[in-house]
Amino acid sequence: MSSDIVFDNISKFYGEILGVNKVNLTIPPGITSLVGPNGSGKTTLMNLAAGLLRPTRGSVEICGISPGDPERYFRITGYATQYDGFPKGLTGYQFVHAYLRLFGFSPSDTERLAWDAIDRAGLREAAPRKIAGYSKGMRQRIKLAQAIAHKPKVLILDEPLNGLDPLARAETIALFRQLGQEGSHVLISSHILHEVDLISDQVVMMSQGYVVAEGQIRGVRDEISDQPMQILIRCDKPEYLASQLFDKEQVVEAKLHADRQGLLVRTRSAESFYKLLNHIALDGVSIESVAPADDDAQSVYEYLIGNTGDTK
Amino acid sequence: MTLWRRQILAIIRIDLAKTFLAKRGLWIYLLALAPLLPLVGHWLFGRGNMANDQLGDDVQAFAVIFQFFYLRIAIFFGCVGIFMNLFRGEMLDKSLHYYLLAPIRREVLVAGKFLSGISAALVIFCGSVILQWFGIFLHHGTQLFGSFMNPGPGLSHLMSYLLAAALACIGYGSLFLWAGLRYKNPLIPAAILLVWESLNGVLPAVLKKISIIYWLKSICPVSLPTPPGAKGSVWNLLIFDIDPAPVAVASINLLLLAAFVLIAAALRARTLEISYAAD
Repeated sequence: MSSDIVFDNISKFYGEILGVNKVNLTIPPGITSLVGPNGSGKTTLMNLAAGLLRPTRGSVEICGISPGDPERYFRITGYATQYDGFPKGLTGYQFVHAYLRLFGFSPSDTERLAWDAIDRAGLREAAPRKIAGYSKGMRQRIKLAQAIAHKPKVLILDEPLNGLDPLARAETIALFRQLGQEGSHVLISSHILHEVDLISDQVVMMSQGYVVAEGQIRGVRDEISDQPMQILIRCDKPEYLASQLFDKEQVVEAKLHADRQGLLVRTRSAESFYKLLNHIALDGVSIESVAPADDDAQSVYEYLIGNTGDTK
Repeated sequence: MTLWRRQILAIIRIDLAKTFLAKRGLWIYLLALAPLLPLVGHWLFGRGNMANDQLGDDVQAFAVIFQFFYLRIAIFFGCVGIFMNLFRGEMLDKSLHYYLLAPIRREVLVAGKFLSGISAALVIFCGSVILQWFGIFLHHGTQLFGSFMNPGPGLSHLMSYLLAAALACIGYGSLFLWAGLRYKNPLIPAAILLVWESLNGVLPAVLKKISIIYWLKSICPVSLPTPPGAKGSVWNLLIFDIDPAPVAVASINLLLLAAFVLIAAALRARTLEISYAAD
């Protein structure tokens, strides 16, 4: 039996409006980020994975189980949606505890699991208070606690870092990493691309209901052959280095870095450029570091989807 | 205990707290207790007249209040408030998905929701019937009240009213739960049902039976006399002039209706999607 999340040619239409179309994806364990602009289909894809929407065509399975078998499917799946709704009148603890009881755990196990999850979300002190009095960040975290309380193998999180302060963001990202290292699938949508870089083992980029790229960010970048690679070279003589590179055929563009401590070079062949750089380095230039400058999620996103509008 | 039983108990526990303790449900209590107001007035101002023949008047007064107000208004709208909110209210609060993300069959969810709704409705509306009963008859004195209850017809009347109230909650409750699942604005089908039930008195005999109120009326122990000059007036809308069905037949028919509607609700729940923005 597969341990992956598998979307098999899945499409979802809201009447005439396209949600997602012909998505084929196999997502292995680890942290996977869904990235795309508003209306690109991220939330639709997550709702399909969580069984809250039924596909117009195709199917989704997690570990070989379909949402049509809820007693097994939702035992291994946890979902923190972006909906900011809670049952009225409950405290944080009551909220996590009440829905855990639907899993059929014994009262003592329910209590233990509820407190475990609340602790992991860092809300023990706030747990006896009513959710209605929580800040946005606390509501995000109690949703996360509710989603992880039954210890699911697959955790789906729609914009989980929204509203969190920097400390809570760092703690939550650490929790995601821990869950990923424990062998869980963590499927996250985020519009904060530098955090996607920090968090993700792989990305799925979406635009207008279609998956435009998937895989590890560096791998995705390598496949974008129509965009020259950008390389940042830190050295003691960036102006001299630039003058040496201008007439070389491997170099498309060379410009000084804003801090004038390095040089940004665009090249169509990173491999031949590195060989060239070795020769130049022998010519009295002290090179401190050489690193790709555009194999992050932000750059890949801009190459594939463009930078019009935000990425939410 | 099997898993689905534990799940149903968990649903009842969550939903009962919402139904009984929610501020927005206060009007349901007021509606259920509204008949007590004239009864308390009757008790306060009628204490001097305890003649035996007035007990018969009170039996008629109770029947009028029960059939014209309690069944048609209090329980009807009370069930709208309780049962429509079970699904539609949670969609509006954007909290229904927590149930749908639990390892629970949708049919079990519908059963649990209905049982939580019916538990609340029975406590509120049958409890109110008992309070009304004591409110109207106890002022005749404990001795007369005791003999009216047993060996008199009081106890069997009370049981019949409780059965009618319970079956009203079951019948209307199942319909409103289904409407809450089926329609974005379930108040429209509720209004249509209210009009249909109200017009029932002027419909042909065959159509009168396609209603809940006809079967409930059949269970009520006291038939109402037609007021003088009622023919051709608005009273016709409220009065049935066809023979009532036997109590057993009426009860079974209402239970079958509720079962049928709940099966339809469960089928609807199986294909339910969460798209709060669209709702």
